Amino acid sequence: MTKQTIINLGAIEDIPLGQGRCFIVQNDEIAVFRSRSQAIFAIENRCPHRRGLLAEGIMGNDKVVCPLHGHKFDLATGKGSEGMECVRTFKVWQENGQILLEYPIAINVEKKCEDHYAEIVLSANSKIYYREERK
Amino acid sequence: MKRKLVVIGNGMAGARVVEEILKRDPNKFKITMFGAEPYGNYNRILLSNVLNQTQEPQEIFINPLSWYQENDITLHAGVKVIDIDRERKKVEGLKLSKADVAYKDQVPLSEEDVVKESYDDLIIATGSRPFVPPIEGTELKGVFLFRTIDDCHQIAAYAKHCQKAVVIGGGLLGLEAARGLMTHNVEVCVIEAAPQLMPAQLDLEAAQILKRSMEAMGLRVFTGVVTSKLVGENGQVTSLLFKDGSTLEADMVVISAGIRPITELAFKCGLNVNKGIICDDQMKTTDLNIFSVGECVEHRGVIYGLVEPIWQQARVLADVITEVNPKSTYEGSRTGTKLKVMGVELVSMGEKNSNDLNDEIIVYRDPHRSIYKKLIVRHNKIHGGILLGDIESSDSLMQYFMSDLDVPENRTEILFGAVSGTSLVDVSTLPENAQICNCNGVCKKEIVSAIKDQNCISVSAVGSKTKAGKGCGSCRGLIAQIIEATVGKVSYDASEHFYVPGIALEKSQLVREIQDKQLKSVSAVFKELADGKEDADSKAGLASLLKTVWPDAYEDERDARFINDRVHANIQKDGTFSVVPRIYAGVTTPDELMRIAQAAVKYQVKMVKITGGQRIDLLGVKKEDLPKIWKDLGMPSGHAYTKAFRTCKSCVGTDFCRYGVGDSIGLAQQIEYRFQGIESPHKMKLATAGCPRNCSEAYVKDIGAVAIEGGKWEIYVGGAAGATVRKGDLLCTVDSHEDVLKHIGRFIQYYREHAKYLERTYGFVERIGIDLLKGILIEDSLGICAQLDAAIQRAVEAYKDPWQEADIPAYDHQFSGPQLIQVIHEVNNNG
Ligand SMILES: Cc1cc2nc3c(=O)[nH]c(=O)nc-3n(C[C@H](O)[C@H](O)[C@H](O)COP(=O)(O)OP(=O)(O)OC[C@H]3O[C@@H](n4cnc5c(N)ncnc54)[C@H](O)[C@@H]3O)c2cc1C
Ligand code: SF4
Ligand code: FES
Repeated sequence: MTKQTIINLGAIEDIPLGQGRCFIVQNDEIAVFRSRSQAIFAIENRCPHRRGLLAEGIMGNDKVVCPLHGHKFDLATGKGSEGMECVRTFKVWQENGQILLEYPIAINVEKKCEDHYAEIVLSANSKIYYREERK
Repeated sequence: MKRKLVVIGNGMAGARVVEEILKRDPNKFKITMFGAEPYGNYNRILLSNVLNQTQEPQEIFINPLSWYQENDITLHAGVKVIDIDRERKKVEGLKLSKADVAYKDQVPLSEEDVVKESYDDLIIATGSRPFVPPIEGTELKGVFLFRTIDDCHQIAAYAKHCQKAVVIGGGLLGLEAARGLMTHNVEVCVIEAAPQLMPAQLDLEAAQILKRSMEAMGLRVFTGVVTSKLVGENGQVTSLLFKDGSTLEADMVVISAGIRPITELAFKCGLNVNKGIICDDQMKTTDLNIFSVGECVEHRGVIYGLVEPIWQQARVLADVITEVNPKSTYEGSRTGTKLKVMGVELVSMGEKNSNDLNDEIIVYRDPHRSIYKKLIVRHNKIHGGILLGDIESSDSLMQYFMSDLDVPENRTEILFGAVSGTSLVDVSTLPENAQICNCNGVCKKEIVSAIKDQNCISVSAVGSKTKAGKGCGSCRGLIAQIIEATVGKVSYDASEHFYVPGIALEKSQLVREIQDKQLKSVSAVFKELADGKEDADSKAGLASLLKTVWPDAYEDERDARFINDRVHANIQKDGTFSVVPRIYAGVTTPDELMRIAQAAVKYQVKMVKITGGQRIDLLGVKKEDLPKIWKDLGMPSGHAYTKAFRTCKSCVGTDFCRYGVGDSIGLAQQIEYRFQGIESPHKMKLATAGCPRNCSEAYVKDIGAVAIEGGKWEIYVGGAAGATVRKGDLLCTVDSHEDVLKHIGRFIQYYREHAKYLERTYGFVERIGIDLLKGILIEDSLGICAQLDAAIQRAVEAYKDPWQEADIPAYDHQFSGPQLIQVIHEVNNNG
């Protein structure tokens, strides 16, 4: 079972300008990009072609080029340049210089939570806490 | 038996007629051509672009030397015919030396200089020579004519040391020459004897507007001034003296005072010659087996100085001589011209003034924007026209004029295009053989067939197939219309000529913009030249180019680099990296080997591999370990990951080999120390061999140096042994290691400056041609060698081992791996 959760990935400056970086959240590798115009994007890190590391690709005009064979992906929609290829995208934004990511976190089903929402608590070392509440 | 066909003159007309003949019947003739210029045929029209530096000399060749081979044509390039023996049907040619000017007179010195050929049929296509007015001083140093590629080179080289240039002649060519000279940082002044510029094409009013526009560009223009003498000091021109007694200082003078057909050969052998060689409507001279074509021809009393009539002549001549259509006739041409001067739009056709009271004259003036349009309509057809400042409707106007069509009732439509926005000339109604590209003589049906049969659906694709649109470019609109009419839609891929896809400029233009606007970073280039739109596919190419343009002042933005160049290692398919330390010339030490072994163990590399470039590759290193492993290795980067100088392999040479005649190891080490890390459009792999046995495969390297007897080294360039295999071409033979280094450096720098991004040296050398390269890099025909030497020296001095970033990373997180985010559940278990 998953739950949309907001996760802090740390300071925006930790992503070099115009580049991407890979974050591992639970079982996912997520590539987060910061464009020169300060837009932020998050997509899955592995290229659907042969698992190239998209976080290491060159970005421009809101697209990223896979470093292995040059397939391109739209950072906002995840749509690829080749055939039907596409990558997952995640909602990401910045607040107070921190990068926030909305991520469907896997939770323990046994806890039998039904309806809940998450609230985030920012911490300096970018560890994530959230609290679940009954509706 | 094939008939023997000899063509005298390997210019635009000569080569064109041969193309037309081959098209009709490739097997009828054994063809031999003589050309006084030492090259294949190039597009003379585009010399203006070469002089104004928007095109490279090598870009304007139409028929490179390989074309002659492929078509089994014997070409005597650099051989001038001096005699035609009509009795014996033989011609005699004289080999010219480098210093001879192709269109001046020479006498043979010995028998060896003479080439003899016999013919069944002969074509004279000797073109014309620039007219030199009979004034004193034209032989002074610093006085030039403007006709050949060599003229261009000499003008450009001489202009380097000049401040003031004067162009004598304010005609079409004079103005193009003047504009071209301005790009060489000299003050330029145009002198015209007539009271106005371009007296042959313009009326007085248009000429005055043109003069103002030219002056606004920084050119000085004097009209109504007659030069009486060129004055010199120590044999070098210093000033001009005019009829009225006034003078003008000048360090160099370009004479462009018209042309004269070259007819002396024809005259000497008794053909009928007036101003030009007289030809009938089948391009025959007074000898049944001798034809003539081009600017040397006088047809029905007219001599043409433009290419478009020449294409028509060439077609007729080919029809007749191959007997494909023996009745074909040439009946004269209507001509129009376009001034190829950047920043001035001017097209003119037919008569400039009306001399018949019944003519309709339509004039539009917009002095504020320097626009002037004039049409002379006679019997409902265009009799003359001038479009200045706005030439949008020129291609349809030209079609009306050339095809002698009735013009629309609403005359303003002809000057401004139809109100409906649709094109005036309906391309679908044009006849199949209507000529669309006048510069290259391409008809509608050739274009349609390229579109239909070869699927060329962009203007540039049609251009590469048919040459249409590759001259002055004014027919490109029509070509687009034909594509549209044929397949419904035009695709635009002008981009294929761009240096990088995201910026609409060719390399030379891009470099000029970068220099003019002082753009030192990739983001600055996007901001200034692409409206701030960053293009991912363009970044790495731009970064490489900027580093070449500004070796020491380049602002390095790492996001513009490919991952390999961000972290100085080669990314592998699993996301790990390979590390290759530099091992100069493949010579290492036990100590280095031990450090390599220890590092390999410590970082658990997945494989240790000896590479083809005589070094050691450590594969499977994690990104975050890169700085550590470099430090442990204590060796500089081998640049095995980037578009740059890679390695210089060597054989054991004189040190140990019993055949060696040159110290290949010593030389390879010197080469590798000097050029390590120099970035270039693509990778460069080098080698040296101690003798021609070539154990290190130097013949098939981007650059190879091979020792030969007598302490000499041969330098080969453009070799390849990858997906393409090619033996390098011999660039030069030199005596010392210093000279090897000098010439290699020069070639590398020229490659850096002129190759397209990702063009390997083999493609580059083939594209430009080794002969031209020798001229440029060895004989210094463009006068740029000193500049190249200085530029490569700067690049060498700017080299820094990138692995030093192990201690001081270039930016935060340069070597960071994936970051683990801990997700902590604080579940409220209140249920
Ligand atoms: C700078 C410049 C710009 C131009 N711009 C335009 C333009 O925009 N539009 C346009 O329509 N026209 C233009 N022209 C004119 C056009 O280039 C000429 O009309 C055309 O080149 C003529 O072709 P041709 O073959 O008759 O002569 P050429 O091209 O001159 O060829 C003749 C060749 O014959 C060789 N030759 C001469 N005598 C001998 C001999 N005895 N033995 C062996 N070889 C010999 C010459 O060396 C030369 O290479 C321009 C010309 C110049 C110089
Ligand atoms: S190329 Fe010549 S000198 Fe070098 S190893 Fe081979 S045989 Fe010896
Ligand atoms: S792995 Fe991404 S393009 Fe091949």
